[in-house]
Amino acid sequence: MKILATVKRVTDPDMKVKIKPDQSGVVTEGVEYKMNSFDEYGVEEAIKLKEEHGGEVVVVSVGPSASTKELRTAMAMGADRGILVETDEDLDSDAVARVLVEVVNREEPDVILMGKQAVDSDRNQTAQLLASYLDWPQATFAYTVEVSDGWATVAREVDGGTATKRIELPGIITADLRLNEPRYASLPGIMKAKRKPLDTLTPDELGVDVASRVNVLKYEAPEERAAGEILEDVDELIDRLKNEANVI
Amino acid sequence: MANVLVVAEHLDGALRKVTLSAITFAQETAELTGGDVHVVLLGQDVDGIAEELAGYDVAGVLYANDAAYANYLAENYAPAIAAAAEKVDATVVCAPASTTGKDLLPRVAAKLDAGMVSDAISVEDDDGLKFRRPLWAGNVITTVEVATPVKVITVRTTDFDAAEPTGAGASVEAFDPGTGAADGVEFVSFDLVKSERPELTDAEVVVAGGRGLRSGENFDMIMALADTLGGAVGATRAAVDSGYAPNDWQIGQTGKVVAPNLYFAVAISGAIQHLAGMKGSKNIVAINKDPEAPIFQVSDYGLVADAFEAVPELTEKLKDLVD
Repeated sequence: MKILATVKRVTDPDMKVKIKPDQSGVVTEGVEYKMNSFDEYGVEEAIKLKEEHGGEVVVVSVGPSASTKELRTAMAMGADRGILVETDEDLDSDAVARVLVEVVNREEPDVILMGKQAVDSDRNQTAQLLASYLDWPQATFAYTVEVSDGWATVAREVDGGTATKRIELPGIITADLRLNEPRYASLPGIMKAKRKPLDTLTPDELGVDVASRVNVLKYEAPEERAAGEILEDVDELIDRLKNEANVI
Repeated sequence: MANVLVVAEHLDGALRKVTLSAITFAQETAELTGGDVHVVLLGQDVDGIAEELAGYDVAGVLYANDAAYANYLAENYAPAIAAAAEKVDATVVCAPASTTGKDLLPRVAAKLDAGMVSDAISVEDDDGLKFRRPLWAGNVITTVEVATPVKVITVRTTDFDAAEPTGAGASVEAFDPGTGAADGVEFVSFDLVKSERPELTDAEVVVAGGRGLRSGENFDMIMALADTLGGAVGATRAAVDSGYAPNDWQIGQTGKVVAPNLYFAVAISGAIQHLAGMKGSKNIVAINKDPEAPIFQVSDYGLVADAFEAVPELTEKLKDLVD
């Protein structure tokens, strides 16, 4: 089975992002980057599928040249090779999906594993757009994945409970938080990853016009909430909730 | 006509309240575009819900009853929604940013060659429609515009009040999208978490617990406090990951976004990913034994206390007050 997993290089989610004074973007100097956490679950699941069913795991990233670091991390976890579609532009989800269509047409994977959203742009669109462009079925927000006889059975985390669907492969699965425990890259894994093949392409070479459909005009900080008061005890809390906030 | 189409959502035979917030967004948008608001509803035996929707201030309700729509599948719904959008000349198609809306709308956008905005928190007309949306776990707000003629939007429902029924009788029309059922996809099951408590995203009061509670059993006191106030129960990702609470309770960047009138954060440190899901709450109470916990930076009322003592005491005293 050939498995494609996508990887996005994002700012470390535990660092506070700062906005440029001219509101044109976020400050990138001195910022740490890492693999989008949802993509780690996707890569882990891809490797588990390979361990169970055999085959190959190809990891792909669309982003700046520095994204080779995140691709190497995925290969250190166990992916077999990497593809970087290099661009310094901040693409919208639609452009990323259209780039990935061309990668999929070249690679012809049986299944694609993706994170359900990137923790920087928080859009949660690319996998579904890609599935639609390929006319493939999709199973987003995966909690468990089971593959047999060319179909994947996926339990999905949704509002109100758990929804389970079956999709015929090729199809796209997006990882939610509780899909698995991503493994750490071992030292031998890291050494091996350095020698694994990593191809670099550009959107141009793939024949994709990456013009955005959604344009960002301005970046702003949200309104900050003022910190409130520390109260003495439960009695004071009840008094304030009753007589000041009027909520009980 | 620059009409706006709302994708209605239902669960367990009832209209989901998040749809009403999407209707409000649609009404605000239609005011700006000079168009009408239409609603589309897919399911099986949904005539009653279609009639209910006609009682809101909308121009028309389109609905389709079909075995292909009996259970939600993006592959079957997306082409039908796209057909409805074309039928009513919609230039904006919107849905709640629920798990269904998030799963479905990108597929609709692809079919309509439309750009898509996720989690819109506002709409305005400033030389064309502009939308604001949070990203980076709510630490950044961007203003965006969509370059395509049709725009597809998921709506952050906590930022729009639920539309009130006006009793105005909108036209209700059954339609056949003619798109059928997709191959290669099957619905298996939906395991609904049944609860007597209000839905998290609808509740006036939410009591949420964190990993500091140390066990699933200790969530009993969270539930007792919630039940005393008729509230819903929530949890942090850490508490859910630790198995203390079901995943449907998760509040935060990647879980649910809530904005109740009163929010209790119990034994929650206040990671930015959690704050992203609750800092729009009107009144926030934090109970944590660590005075340095970041949750106190966003709370209106803080108690530096052991939750195992403070919460039962609070529940007992509130019970006396409610009685």
